[in-house]
Amino acid sequence: MSETLTAGGTRKLQIWRGDLTSGELVDYELETEPGMVVLDAVLEIQRSQAPDLAVRWNCKAAKCGSCSAEVNGRPRLMCKTRLDHLPADQPITVEPLRAFPLIRDLVTDVSWNYEVNKKIPPFTPREDLPEGDFLIDQADTDRMSEFRKCIECFMCQDVCHILRDHRLHDRYYGPRFMVRMASLDMHPLDGLDRIDQIADDGGIGLCNITKCCTEVCPEGIHITDNAIIPLKERVVDARYDPLLKILGRNRRRPGKKKPAV
Amino acid sequence: MRRDRWWVQPALIVAALTVFGIYSIVRAILSKYYAITAGGAHLQSPFFSPDLPGIFSFKTGLPWAFLVLWAPLGMRSTCYYYRKSYYRSFFLAPPSCAVAGAARRRYTGETKLPLVLNNLHRFFFYLAVLVVAFLWYDAIRGFFYHGSFGIGLGNAIMLINVLCLSAFTFGCNSWRHIIGGKLNCFSCSSAARTRHGLWQKFSILNGHHQFWAWISMFTVGLTDLYIWLASSGVFTDPHHVF
Repeated sequence: MSETLTAGGTRKLQIWRGDLTSGELVDYELETEPGMVVLDAVLEIQRSQAPDLAVRWNCKAAKCGSCSAEVNGRPRLMCKTRLDHLPADQPITVEPLRAFPLIRDLVTDVSWNYEVNKKIPPFTPREDLPEGDFLIDQADTDRMSEFRKCIECFMCQDVCHILRDHRLHDRYYGPRFMVRMASLDMHPLDGLDRIDQIADDGGIGLCNITKCCTEVCPEGIHITDNAIIPLKERVVDARYDPLLKILGRNRRRPGKKKPAV
Repeated sequence: MRRDRWWVQPALIVAALTVFGIYSIVRAILSKYYAITAGGAHLQSPFFSPDLPGIFSFKTGLPWAFLVLWAPLGMRSTCYYYRKSYYRSFFLAPPSCAVAGAARRRYTGETKLPLVLNNLHRFFFYLAVLVVAFLWYDAIRGFFYHGSFGIGLGNAIMLINVLCLSAFTFGCNSWRHIIGGKLNCFSCSSAARTRHGLWQKFSILNGHHQFWAWISMFTVGLTDLYIWLASSGVFTDPHHVF
């Protein structure tokens, strides 16, 4: 069926309105145009029906990560979710991210993520590098470049049940920061041994790799397979593999030293 | 709240894993009709390989297959893909993305016993490689009837099965780590460059680990079923000896 046949027409939206103390899904109806995305609909409702509706957005090009919300119960970028890709026979629900404290309507306070980010020591060059020699082979940058695609929409954090359901924000950094830790730990020129932080403060053992973070990533980053599982395996090398322990190779990380406490 | 049929996938997984688990246990306890030997053939069921009574020359009515089965079952139960499956489907932790899981007093993930033992997945991988090696031996031996080469439905099924099992086994995340993923510099030595090439190749298999996990589970079950039926006389294994 062609796109134009399924697009447009009257659509019903249920948008969550409220703050930390109370709130509810409020019904709205609007005439839609072919090709509209959920953010278009929400902004049209804000313009024509609910000028006090709070919604965060910026680039409208799926690159700034601002308009994350839960559309029909799944974390999505509102600017990347077309109305004609959602079932036409039922209202479209739009709710705020659940893993973070609500400010108002669709806007949540994601500042916890920035606090976590501050705990991660930035790239620290190895001490054994010749001064000014920062050459890296293409083979080594390829693996890390996937992690650099992250737009910090925090939908992986939102869908992670450790944060979302168990509220263990004080014990687990979340998928987004496992990706950042992976990009640093796998960096051939980084001189910090980050395994203890990944295992202890970062809480990677809490992750039970159910891959929801990977499913919702709008950048298609293989968060679980390329970041979290490789980090788990590095923790196994350092802490759980009895064979490596007997051989004295469990803590062999050339060029890396423990970070200053 | 999700309104789609998110429960279909976990329900199917529960059904499939339960059926496979019960079938495996019943077959191991039954402990007979596990090899087609008519006409000089030797087609051994993958559930009963290596053939311990044959290798060590003993006879037993006890379900000896359990002495081997724990290794491949351990490989699967600690596999990163199967962990995703059973955490979602059996533990409901969570049952599906953005769906609230079963209420728990305290969530500890894989930090406490027994789930912390999943960190020993690589050792089950090592054992599974041994089992796969025996299965390759069985598959090649299956093409010979009293020393003459022959092709039949049974040995073709066994070959397909061992190919699928190899694709699953060598797509393992732990193997991908060991072969090259643990390196931070892929270009710093010729050994690192070789390992990088291998890492890239096994990463392709790893990208389809879920696919091969399911396919190989079905092929191993169906291969056993074929050998069970053929060796118990329900039908004759069609083959041609050259």
